[in-house]
Amino acid sequence: MSLAARHLEAHGIPTVVFGCARDIVEHCGVPRFVFSDFPLGNPTGRPYDIEMQRGILSLGLGLLVDAIAPGTTVVSPYEWSADHSWKDKVFSKEQPFLDPEATRKWLERKDAYRALKSTGKI
Amino acid sequence: MSPHVRYIDKTRAYYEAEGYGKPYEWAHFDDIPFTPFAAVGKPLSECRVGVVTTSDMARRSLGPVPDDPKRLVYSLSTDIPVDDLYSRKSAYDRYATTLEHVDSYLPLTHLHHFAAEGRIGAVAPRFQMIYSEYSQRKTLSVDAPEILKQMRKDRVDVAVLAAV
Repeated sequence: MSLAARHLEAHGIPTVVFGCARDIVEHCGVPRFVFSDFPLGNPTGRPYDIEMQRGILSLGLGLLVDAIAPGTTVVSPYEWSADHSWKDKVFSKEQPFLDPEATRKWLERKDAYRALKSTGKI
Repeated sequence: MSPHVRYIDKTRAYYEAEGYGKPYEWAHFDDIPFTPFAAVGKPLSECRVGVVTTSDMARRSLGPVPDDPKRLVYSLSTDIPVDDLYSRKSAYDRYATTLEHVDSYLPLTHLHHFAAEGRIGAVAPRFQMIYSEYSQRKTLSVDAPEILKQMRKDRVDVAVLAAV
């Protein structure tokens, strides 16, 4: 997603990325970024919280217009919940990120990619 | 407030513990492209807004959709009622949240309202789905150019990208 934003921007379309993985997006580097400190899945607001969703979208549209330099991050003021324990459980043995079927598909895609790479097809 | 999650470190530790080999190298660049909003040459209230998502959307009314083995960019109309849309994405924090509410990751309803309120000019006629790929090369050489091509055809002025 960050790579797509960079490509659009390089070809004259201003972009804003909404995301919850701050380190990954900033490691890549995007022109404008609205960071929500939420679990992966809801970059534009908590489910069914209409006011929050409108607020986060407004932040992004404001950033589109106001940013004067690339790599500008705006941190959303909204809190997911008072309980932050979800952060400790992400990618833990107790809570595998993908379910078994999704893991199987992911490994298949990874193997296919390596096979293509090893034969010089990509 | 506790610090944000360090996903790069967490995933590296997680997959190392699971016995996987070389850790994934996340994309990194020293330079960041930038198009100032002023270059668009019109106010946001006259801009057509494009939308990109990683949420792998499909339509309930059309029934199950087979997986695309090539995982190419595809698009759907922004006029489809969000109640007819659902996400097929499995990579999200399924313990802490849900993808049941489309506007929490694909803000179509709100963008349509913003257009009606005159805050933006219009929503682009279609939105694009891009897969989160292992291959950065595919994203750079195939997917991103396809999104640009579609947005140019749709005369998109600015783009909103939401990463699930």
